[in-house]
Amino acid sequence: MIYAVFAPLVMTLLIPFFNKWKDKIHTGWFLLPIPLFIFLYFVQFIGEGFSPVAESYQWIPSLNISIDFYLDGLSLLFVLLISGIGTLVLLYSIYYLHKSERLGHFYIYLFIFMSSMLGVVLSDNVYVLYTFWEFTSISSFLLIGFWHYRERSRYGALKSMLITVFGGLSLFAGIVTLTYITGTTSIQEMINQKDIIIDSPLFPLILIFIILGAFTKSAQFPFHIWLPDAMEAPTPVSAYLHSATMVKAGIFLIARFSPILAGEPMFFIIVSLFGIITLCWGSYMAVRQTDLKGILAFSTISQLGMIMAMLGFGTKAAIFAAVFHILNHATFKGSLFMIAGIVDHETGSRDIRKLGGLMTFMPISATLALFGVFSMAGFPLPFLNGFYSKEMFFEASLHLDGYGGQFIPFFQQAIPYLAVFGSIFTFVYSMYFFFGTFRGEAKMGELPKKPHEAPIGMLISPFILVLGVILIGLFPNLVNGTFIAHSAEAIYGSAVEKDIYFWHGLTYPPLIMSIIVVVLGTLLALTRQKWAGIYTIFPRNLSFNEVYNYIVDKTETASTKITNKYMTGSLRHYVLYILIAILVVSGVVFFLTNGFAIDTSGLSTLKLSDVPDILVGLTMAIAAIGTIFTNNRLSAIIILGVVGYGLAILFVIYRAPDLALTQLIVETVTVAIFLLCFYHLPDLKKIKEKPSITLTNSIISIGFGALMTIIAISAHSSKWFEPISNYFLETSKPLGGGYNVVNVILVDMRGLDTLFEITVLGIAALAIYGMIKLRRDKEAK
Amino acid sequence: MKTNDLILRTTTALIAFILLAFSIYLFLAGHNAPGGGFIGGLMTAAAIILMYMTYGLDTMNKVIPLNFKLLVPIGLLIATLTGVGSFVFDQPFLSQTYTYVHLPILGDAELATAMLFDLGVYLTVIGITLTIILSIADDN
Repeated sequence: MIYAVFAPLVMTLLIPFFNKWKDKIHTGWFLLPIPLFIFLYFVQFIGEGFSPVAESYQWIPSLNISIDFYLDGLSLLFVLLISGIGTLVLLYSIYYLHKSERLGHFYIYLFIFMSSMLGVVLSDNVYVLYTFWEFTSISSFLLIGFWHYRERSRYGALKSMLITVFGGLSLFAGIVTLTYITGTTSIQEMINQKDIIIDSPLFPLILIFIILGAFTKSAQFPFHIWLPDAMEAPTPVSAYLHSATMVKAGIFLIARFSPILAGEPMFFIIVSLFGIITLCWGSYMAVRQTDLKGILAFSTISQLGMIMAMLGFGTKAAIFAAVFHILNHATFKGSLFMIAGIVDHETGSRDIRKLGGLMTFMPISATLALFGVFSMAGFPLPFLNGFYSKEMFFEASLHLDGYGGQFIPFFQQAIPYLAVFGSIFTFVYSMYFFFGTFRGEAKMGELPKKPHEAPIGMLISPFILVLGVILIGLFPNLVNGTFIAHSAEAIYGSAVEKDIYFWHGLTYPPLIMSIIVVVLGTLLALTRQKWAGIYTIFPRNLSFNEVYNYIVDKTETASTKITNKYMTGSLRHYVLYILIAILVVSGVVFFLTNGFAIDTSGLSTLKLSDVPDILVGLTMAIAAIGTIFTNNRLSAIIILGVVGYGLAILFVIYRAPDLALTQLIVETVTVAIFLLCFYHLPDLKKIKEKPSITLTNSIISIGFGALMTIIAISAHSSKWFEPISNYFLETSKPLGGGYNVVNVILVDMRGLDTLFEITVLGIAALAIYGMIKLRRDKEAK
Repeated sequence: MKTNDLILRTTTALIAFILLAFSIYLFLAGHNAPGGGFIGGLMTAAAIILMYMTYGLDTMNKVIPLNFKLLVPIGLLIATLTGVGSFVFDQPFLSQTYTYVHLPILGDAELATAMLFDLGVYLTVIGITLTIILSIADDN
């Protein structure tokens, strides 16, 4: 199984070599066998007596993350869809993409996608699932932006990336919470611990996280907006990713976690409510589109909403119908996308307003489209698979499990009406799609190319898919027992046996609903021109694209604004922020920990002999204050010197001769350097600040000074350890061989500090030298 | 026009040597009395700067044909090597020791390896101070 999953990924390494011969042989031919082999490998699992298969490979054992594959009915359905439709799409793309395109890039992206999609549906480990999940987002991003020179492609790619990655990260939060609660990373083990998860207070959070992940990926309302813009991708991509596989990843996720989440009222309400809304909204909006792929995109949204709603219902019949519809939708939607691509390819336009009357030019495509469209509409004919799943959907909507609560019964009664409403519009856009393209008058003048039938190779894939539509339609029970039932069992938890019949009798309510859909749908389709004006009234500016653009725009402008606000480029402001931060943080910590303490016991008493200290101190204080108010740079330098020399005197008084000497000389040198620089500096101007700024500056300075004073007093008042200085005093002579304790500490006991201090000074000297020299050289030039 | 600064030159000739001698005293006395490589180095630099101020850059560059920038790496090298040297005796980095030797005229004297380290500090400080001040002074 691991070979099947990673085969496309390994193949991407070889694609550049195949691509060298692309002028002679289309790169796609080399790659066609890969998905076909994967498909054939998985086909052998189909059968009545299928039981789940598990495989495990180590990846990060210490984090309990291993590549566990688990093939049950649900995974089997999806891997068959992915590899089967993958093969057909590959075949189709060989004829669709011209050799002048960047084929290497295209197939590499496509194969990365195929691998990751197989990984998503087969993974049992949640983290591995998430890894593959994000790979699908990334490869989808690359595929949508394949024609990156188009502005719309880039916009669509970015939009889908932002939305799906938002959901992906939400899913990540969900699985982290799940592993936290259950202590396991395996989905199957999580299912066994269902009770623990449901009883957990974090359960609603998990539910929301996972549903968000699934809704964004599967383009559910209101996250559906990325899908229509993703139609900028090449048509094979739209057919593959955006109808059959990737958009079903969200469906898969909900189905996979259904054994844990389903049965909860919250799950029912959210999933089926949004599913139904998506169904109605998607089908309502599809009628408005003028682009063939646009119609199909909204159609996909609506169909996905229908499947999602059925998963939300959670009843046996609904889940069976959902699984059945996943299969059916993949067949007819894939073929319809391919036909839209053929129309685009052979006429040069996808605009339905320019198309029409193509039936005579493209009879085969038209026939294939006919089956696809009527299956999508759910027309009651015994050879269309879409009808069966739609009828089952109606039936499921009529028989819902009862839940408590006030809102739920009302909602349950509304569901069948909403389902019928959505289906009517489904019928309308299906007819619009077919008759708008293939019937009516041919408008030859408006088309860039003269329309003609597609090459046979291009028609093979839609033909096979339509064959699937008819075969499933004729013999629905052929797929039922062999793997639909197994899938439904994997979601529902217990065996789901159900036979599918076409005819239930005239009084069977779902049939009546279907007939209502057909009658009303035909009426609406015929009179479409008359009521199409409704779209100018609703939604007009209420579309979610506006909301998305507004959010993206606002985020950008607001963050620019905020950054411009505080990143002023003025050093004064930054110093202000630093000081305020220190003031607030230290002040709050001081307050919270009750850190302020005054202990007078350690202080020495004031004596008459201390008068010089006080005088020196006072002089320094006055000088320090003086520097603030002086307008003259020269006097500022000299007054600052007073402070320095005062400090030297204090060192003398407090018996630190080495410090006093150093301080004296350093002070002299700095004052000398100040005076040297003085000539080069502009005059110190009295800066007229606004009183408010002066006030804040003084408040912060005074506050900062006060804070430092308080810290110093408190630090001095709390002595927790014996000072180490006694050791130095005792051992200076016997160990260091000197009586000058300061010097012994500097060169002997703490020599390393000194070594690096002189290094720092050396660097400073060289930097100053370099600065002056380099500037001079620059001026010389 | 050149000012006549005979008094300054004469006093400098006297004072500079006293300053140099004092700085060497400070450097040597560091281990047992206030002083040491740092102060000694600064003092030496002060003496040399005094001479520069009196006699001018051109004259001094002739009298002391020394690139002071070189003193920085030399000093750092000496300081580091005294640290590395302790490896030879299987001691941790920067271990210092001292001993007494009997010199012919001076009698018993104390010799400490810390003195070598201090020499590194001394040379570095001279180099740094002179490099900074001379490169600023030299700048137009």
